[in-house]
Order: sequence, then C-alpha cells, then structure tokens
Amino acid sequence: MPKVVVDWLYVGVFAVVGVVLTVLPLAVVWLLAPRLSLPQKKLTYESGVIPFGQAWAQFNVRYYLFALVFVVFDVEVIYLYPWATVFRTLGAFAFYEMLIFLLILFVGLVYAWRKGALEWV
Amino acid sequence: MPEPVSFFREILKAIGLAVVVFTFLAVVGAMYGVYFERKISGWIQARIGPKHVGPYGLLQTIADTVKLLQKEHITPRRADALIFNTAPLIVAVAALLDWVVIPFGKEFGRVLIVRDINIGVLYFAAMASITVIGILAAGWASNNKYALLGGLRAASQMISYEIPLALGILWVVMIAGTLSTVGIVEAQRGGWFLFKVPPLGLLAAVLFLAAATAEVNRVPFDLPEAESELVAGYFAEYTGMRFALFQLGEYGEMFGMAALASVLFLGGWLEPNLPAWLWVALGLSALGVAAFVRFSALRTVYLLRPIMALAVLGAVLSAVMALGISTGRAPVLPSLIWFFAKMFALVFFLMWMRWTYPRLRLDQLLNLSWKVLLPVGLVNLLLTGFLLTVAR
Repeated sequence: MPKVVVDWLYVGVFAVVGVVLTVLPLAVVWLLAPRLSLPQKKLTYESGVIPFGQAWAQFNVRYYLFALVFVVFDVEVIYLYPWATVFRTLGAFAFYEMLIFLLILFVGLVYAWRKGALEWV
Repeated sequence: MPEPVSFFREILKAIGLAVVVFTFLAVVGAMYGVYFERKISGWIQARIGPKHVGPYGLLQTIADTVKLLQKEHITPRRADALIFNTAPLIVAVAALLDWVVIPFGKEFGRVLIVRDINIGVLYFAAMASITVIGILAAGWASNNKYALLGGLRAASQMISYEIPLALGILWVVMIAGTLSTVGIVEAQRGGWFLFKVPPLGLLAAVLFLAAATAEVNRVPFDLPEAESELVAGYFAEYTGMRFALFQLGEYGEMFGMAALASVLFLGGWLEPNLPAWLWVALGLSALGVAAFVRFSALRTVYLLRPIMALAVLGAVLSAVMALGISTGRAPVLPSLIWFFAKMFALVFFLMWMRWTYPRLRLDQLLNLSWKVLLPVGLVNLLLTGFLLTVAR
C-alpha cells in the first residue's frame, strides 16, 4: 500500500479511536451518575437570576467582518505554504514574485484597517 | 488492490498507537498538567498547591476525575441536544489528532512518531483549527446568551491568531525546505532554528509562541473563558465529564503547541551541541542559584524543595553531559529525554506567563493580532527571504 494512503488511514483510525475513547468516560457517567430531571435544573444559567429574553439574539456584524478578513488572509497563507517549501531551491526570482504578491495583499490589509473592518468597537 | 493482511496489521498498529497517545494525553497532559498547573500557580502566588490527596497532592486530579465521573449530565432546556453533546467530542478529538505528526525521539535509527505525514506542520495547523468549530458549537448550542458571546469571542480570537501562527510556521518551513516535522528536526542538526538568521529566528519564535498561547485560550489571551467575566464562557452550561473533556482538549492542545514549538524552534529530539565546559558552567550556575535561594533571606520556604530538586537535577544533568561529551559519546542522553525536557520547559513557560501578565481585553487582543503580529510576520518572512537569496 502506498505510504500516503497508510498515513491518512492512521489519521482516520485516530479519529475513530479518539471518538470511542472520549465517549467511554461519558458512558461511565451514564452508568454511575444520578439522573434526576427537574425543571429548575434545566434553566439557563444567568448568575442566579431568571434568564431574561431570548438566548439566540442578534449578534453584532463585527464577528462576521473578522471572519471575512480571516478568510482572505488564510487563503494568502495557503499560497505561501508551497512557496515556502521550495523557496530555497528557487532563488531570487521566487523572492521578487512573492514580494509583489504580498505587497498587493498588504495593500488589502491597509485598506481593511483604514476602513475600520479591524476595529472591535 | 491492497493486500488484506498488511492492511489489517496497519489498522491494528494504528489503533494501538491511538490508545497509547490518548492515554498519554489524558494522564500526563490533562491530569498531571492540571496538577502541575495548580502546584506552579500556587508557588508563584506564595502558597502551596494541592498537598493532601496522596503524597505531595499527586493524586488530586485522579480524585477530581473520579468525582467528575459521578456528576449528572444536565442538558439545558431548549439547548440543541445533538450539537450540545458533540461539541466536547470535537474539541477533545481535535487535540488528539494533533499528535499524529509529533516526533518523540529517534532510537536505533527510527524516528518515534505515529506517522511522518509529508505535510506534517500544515496538518497540525489544520487540526488546531478544528477546535474552533467545537467551541462555536458549544457556545451556540447552549441556549445561553453568555455562552454564545463567549463562544463567538473565542472563535474570533482563535481565527485571528491562526494567521500569525501560520506565519511563524512558514518561517521555519522556509529555512528547512520541508513541511514534514521529522525533516524540520533533521534540518536543525547544525543549530536550532531559534538561533538561525539571528534576530529573525527569535522573532519568529516569539510570534509563534504568542499565537500559540492565544490559540489555546491561555492568559494573557483567556478572555473567552475568563472566570471573572463570562463565568466560564462557552462551556458555562456543561457539567461533569463533558466539562472535563473540554479541559482535556485544551490541555492536550497546549501540550501539542509546546511540542510543536520545540520541534520547530528548539531542535525537537536533538541534543544541544554544546562543548563540555559550557555544561560544567551551567551545572555550577544551577548550584549557585540553589545556594543563593537556600542561604538568602528570601522567605521562600515553600519553594525550597522544588528549587533544590530542580537545581540538583540540573547539576546532575550537566555533570552527565560534560562527562559524556568529553569522552566523545555522540548523543549522551536518549532523544526521548530531550524532547520531553523541551516540551515540559515550554509548558512551564506557558504556566509562568499565566501569572505574570494581566489579561488582554478583546479589542486589544485582536489589534495585537491584526495590526502587530500579522505585519511583523509578513515582514519577517520577506526579510528572511531577502537575506537568504538576494543578499548572497
């Protein structure tokens, strides 16, 4: 079997064994722990007071903005991975190319910064 | 068509290794990690940590685990039960999956690693990202405003710090020319990457360590689970063992980041290449520190024993190293010892940081990531690229 297939087979087995071994203590709890279902116990925790309002309220758009900027830079990082791996064998030309690419994305960062997409409040 | 016999054997080996690694993570990482966290926090705060349960309180976490196993699982009313129940599993399994690419040592010519995946560090970064999904799921499914807020803040923090983390990793990949963790360690035979390209190696390491601390939600970046602010944040509604699984995930991830940092910057399982006289000097300075503490007027009585123990350990280690190197034996101590020493040193450093720095506010945290660490990381990459190619 080719090595790469065995590699990912191991990862798959790790995932399955991980799930089984984490469910194991939960199963022990199911055997050992008491189960007394009272309505008061199921109330949402809000520091001792009766919960006020809906839990799934609207939340601010800034979470979305951060996620969006993250996606852009994560894709940039993905492009950097193969470049970094073969960088030493490519020489100065590779450096200049990546310099141009990163400069363009850096302009993007500055734009987001100036437009206030990176502000939390 | 793969032969059925060796396929089955590989699966058995994989299952065996998974059980071993998981046990290591659960016992050493989660249980004794928590024990040492409590002990070290205590010493830093001028008190002793747990001391009653077992000798030196060593059985404390076992007792806590036994207690947690008996706690009732409460699912809040109108919480999304399926997601609520799977979230801790996602976090714990992601932390376990990280460990497939960590090399523990090299004995008899074979590297002790579960699988040397050719995209090692990229795989590690990917697994670290899966934790975010678990945290978001936990916050959302809890039907609790504060858990939701905590989950969202944790998620924003973690995704913001993934870029500087990747930039730190990329710096190392540039120098080593490979994504495989084994390849990266082997490339450090001529010197740790921490000291390569003098100030830039240190810069990359600091960048990586800051990002790694933020990824595992530790102080100074632990706002998402700040006890004084969000009442445990995204895992507020979790009881008993499910809470313990989040802790297992968090401590497993912390140890994983420390292990990766030691692989990337501190030479992994490689022995430091120091001359014998330097080892003697280190041993003597360890004894000097011990003497100073013992005979000074500092009221550190509670610290006396751990400091003495560490000093004696340091002196013995240096003596062994000096002896070994002067008689010409190539690696004096087994590679496993070096790997674990480096990993535990970094974990200690993380715990030390916890009680040294105040907590950053969320906007300060995000500013640090986007406006400082990201530009610095990019400039670091470009400078190193320049120095490695054009400046020749």
